[in-house]
Amino acid sequence: MDTQTSPDITSRDRAQSWFYSDEVKDHFFHPRNFMTDDMVAAYRDASMGMVGSPACGDMMKVWIVVDPNTTQITDLKWQTFGCASAIASTSMMSAIVTENGGMTLDRARQLRPQDIMERLGGLPNRKIHCSVLGDKALRAAINDFYRRTNQHEKIEIEHGRIIDPVLKVTDKDIEEAVLDGAITLEAVQAKTKVGTGDPSCIPEVEQLIRFYREKFFGADQA
Amino acid sequence: MRPYFDRMYGNPSSFHAEGLAAQRAVLDARTRVASILNSRPDEVIFTSGGTESDNIAITGVIRAHRERGTHVITTAIEHHAVLEQLERLAKRGEVELTILPVDAYGMVDRKSVEKAITEQTVLISIMHANNEIGTIQPIADIGRAILAYRKAHDTVYPLFHTDACQTAGALDIDVTKLHVDLLSLSAQKFYGPKGVGVLYARRGLKIEPLVVGGGQERGLRAGTENVPGIIGLATALELAHAEREKENTRLIALRDRLITGLLKLPKARLNGHPTERLPNNANVSFLDVEGEAMILYLDAKGIRVSTGSACASTSLDPSHVILATGLSYEAAHGSIRFTLGHATTKEDVMYVIKQMPVILKLLRSISPVRLDMAHFSETPAKKKSSQI
Repeated sequence: MDTQTSPDITSRDRAQSWFYSDEVKDHFFHPRNFMTDDMVAAYRDASMGMVGSPACGDMMKVWIVVDPNTTQITDLKWQTFGCASAIASTSMMSAIVTENGGMTLDRARQLRPQDIMERLGGLPNRKIHCSVLGDKALRAAINDFYRRTNQHEKIEIEHGRIIDPVLKVTDKDIEEAVLDGAITLEAVQAKTKVGTGDPSCIPEVEQLIRFYREKFFGADQA
Repeated sequence: MRPYFDRMYGNPSSFHAEGLAAQRAVLDARTRVASILNSRPDEVIFTSGGTESDNIAITGVIRAHRERGTHVITTAIEHHAVLEQLERLAKRGEVELTILPVDAYGMVDRKSVEKAITEQTVLISIMHANNEIGTIQPIADIGRAILAYRKAHDTVYPLFHTDACQTAGALDIDVTKLHVDLLSLSAQKFYGPKGVGVLYARRGLKIEPLVVGGGQERGLRAGTENVPGIIGLATALELAHAEREKENTRLIALRDRLITGLLKLPKARLNGHPTERLPNNANVSFLDVEGEAMILYLDAKGIRVSTGSACASTSLDPSHVILATGLSYEAAHGSIRFTLGHATTKEDVMYVIKQMPVILKLLRSISPVRLDMAHFSETPAKKKSSQI
C-alpha cells in the first residue's frame, strides 16, 4: 500500500506562486451568474452539463439558454463545488460566454481553459487543474442542447486517442497528468505508467508532454 | 534569549570566557527542559525542531538497532515527519512497517499495539496528540503495555517514541509517566522561537546520528548550538508549562463554545474526540462546501484557519488523518481546523460563530452538491492495519 499523505503544513517555497490575482479574487468573492436553488425551476428547459464529483473535490453544473436562430448562448448559469480557482474560473467563464450578446455554440465549444485563465490574470500552476472543469461542463451542456433539439449529429463526444496500446493510455490521460503537475516523462510515468509496457510510444509521449506543458504552463517552464 | 543574539555571542564549544558563558546558558536551558520532562539533563538533545527530532528518533534509532530487528509499528494519523520517513525506509527495504488504524475519533487502540508487536519489533512511534484533529492518545497506557511486553519477554525492545510537538507546554510530558524512551517537541508550538526543538532520548540508547561533525549534543546532533533558540525554547516551555492548567481551563471553555456553535450549523460534524482532545483544537467538517473556498472567505473576515482539503495542499488527496477516521472524501474536503491560543478571546469565538453561517450559506448556494448527513457515517473507519 502506498499511503497517501497530504501535509497540513507544506513548504510553499517551491518557486510557485500561491497567490491569486485580483481578478480571481474578484470573481471568487463576487461570483457572477451562479444559479441559486430558487432559480432552478425557471431553468427547467435550459440545457445542462455536469462534470466532476464531490469526492474529487471539484464538481460543476452549467445551464445554458440558446437562441435557436443565431445559436448564441444568451444566458449561462452555474454551480460549483470547489476551491477558489474552480469558483472563479466558472464565474469568469460565464462572463466570457455571455458577453456581447453571447458566444455561438461553435465558438463556445472552442473555449479552452487557458482562455479563461488569461482573463483571470493567470492561476498558480498547481491550481490549473481546478479550472479545466468549467469548459468541460459547458461542452456537456452544448451536447445536451443538441440532444434536446434532436440534432444528434452535432453531439461531440470527447474521446481520447490511445497512445500506449498496451496500457491503453490516451492523450487525455497525459493531458490530465501534465495538468496535475507531472511535467517530466518520469513524473507522467509515475502517474500513468505510460510506455512501461511498450516503450516505442515514448517519443510521442514526450512530444505530448512538451505540448501540454507549453499549453498550460507557458513555453519558458522547465 | 535576546542577549545571546549579539552581546553574549560565544560559541559553547569555545574555551574562552564568552564560550563558557554560552555553554553555561545552554546547560541551564537543558536542565530546565529536563525538569519538565522529568529526565536527566544529558537526555535532552537540542535540534532544529520537531521534524528533526522525529528523524533522529526514527531513522537514527532504526539504523542503530537493525541487527536486532527491522519491524516498526506506527499509526495512520502520524505527522508527515514520522510517516514520510518510515514509508521511505520501508520502500528502501530498511524496515517492515505496520501502520495501525484508528477509530472514528482518531484514537489508537492499546490492544492493537500489543497485538502488532513481534520479536522483530524494534520501535513503536505514536504521537501524543494529533495536530489536525486534536485527539489525545493513551500514550501512558500504551507505554505500560510495552513495558509489560519487555518484562515478559526479557528484552529491552520495542523502544517507544512519541511525537509530543502538539502537547508540550499544554499536557504533562513527564517521560517517566508516559513510559517513553524517545520524545520529540518543538518550541514554536508553545510560543517559543521557530527552528528549535528537543529530542528526549533515554540515557544509553543507541542512536546513529544523522548529522555528524563536531560531536555536539552527545554526538547525536553535531553542529554549533542555536544558543538563543535553545534559551528561548527553555523559557517558553517553562512559562507555558507553569500556566498550562489555568490556560487549558480557559481554552477548553472557548473550544467547546466554538464547537457547540459550529455544530448547530446545518450538515456539520466534529472531527476527533469530543473530550480526549487538545484544548486548542476544533476541527469540523461541513458538507457541500470545499475547504479552501471556506478558508479564503474566513481569511477575508480576519479569521485564520486551515483545512484538510486537497485543494489547499500540494497533493491531490485530502487529509490522511481525517480519511483514517473513516470520513468520506467528500466530508474530508470540507474540513476546517480552528486553532485557539493565548490571544483568543470569547469575543473572537462569538465572531467566528456569527461569520461562519454567512459564509456557509453563500458557498452552499453556489454549490451543486447536496449531500445528506448519512454521508458522515457512510464509510466505516479502516479497521485493519496495513503492512508495508
